[in-house]
Amino acid sequence: MTPDPIDLRIVEATQAGLPLVARPYHAIAELLGLAPDDVMARMARMQDLGAIRRIGAVPNHYRLGWRANGMTVWDVDDSRVDELGERIGRLPFVSHCYLRPRRPPAWTYNLFAMVHGRDRAEAMRQAEAIRAELADACRVGEVLFSTMILKKTGLRIASAAAE
Amino acid sequence: MIDDVDRAIINGLQGGFPICERPFAAAAARLDLDEDELIGRLARLRADGVLTRFGPLFKPEALGGIAVLAAMAVPALRFDAVAATVNAFPEVAHNYAREHALNMWFVVAADSPEGAERALERIAAATGLEVLALPKTREYFLDLRIEA
Repeated sequence: MTPDPIDLRIVEATQAGLPLVARPYHAIAELLGLAPDDVMARMARMQDLGAIRRIGAVPNHYRLGWRANGMTVWDVDDSRVDELGERIGRLPFVSHCYLRPRRPPAWTYNLFAMVHGRDRAEAMRQAEAIRAELADACRVGEVLFSTMILKKTGLRIASAAAE
Repeated sequence: MIDDVDRAIINGLQGGFPICERPFAAAAARLDLDEDELIGRLARLRADGVLTRFGPLFKPEALGGIAVLAAMAVPALRFDAVAATVNAFPEVAHNYAREHALNMWFVVAADSPEGAERALERIAAATGLEVLALPKTREYFLDLRIEA
């Protein structure tokens, strides 16, 4: 979709969260000087078109006990990576799965899959399950555990666009 | 700590929040709660940091934007100072320390590929470090829902 400036104002006003009041879309409309029906119609359209992935609670993994956050990375045959990426993405413990460019010599992995365990042993078992799925299409892989969240503000789309 | 009702809210409301005049009332009915209790509990979960936020999750590419993952190998003695420099860029949406030679991983969001590239160049200049850009070529799956 091509968002217009009013869509982008709605994005900017809601990306840090909805107001926790009985009529949150009306509150956004009032803030922006728009009609509530217009705000709701535009948000419904953005959701239909995939610009809004979902609306709801965004939990903090760590606070819910998912402390081992592992970025598993794999060097997978280019000819098979699409098929395998789709399959890895469907594993229940994988939250994101992406194809990315290799940057040799510093970086030689092309498939990324994020896993989340209550501890590192659980996350390593998940990584081993991914390794087994990739089988002989994967030359080598690693698990990069996060040790600290240095910043997490979420994407600030409209403010970047407004610069 | 969270109780069973909080858990039901977190597990049941990571998506599907309605777009209508009284969405909390509609969502509360599905959870067998009333509107005020749902709003009050969400406010507490957010204030306590159990939720990082409550609202829409946008896909930047669908809004004409782009998010680029980048990695840097930061010398240990400079790590905190470099983290502060990187985090000060408004384009940096998240930043994680990871155990690897490439020990700092962050996401830059911008309104265009060129905008992201400029931000990455400015970060490289400000830190004096090489920034490895790893934009996604394809997304196979994304679902950040997690169980409470």
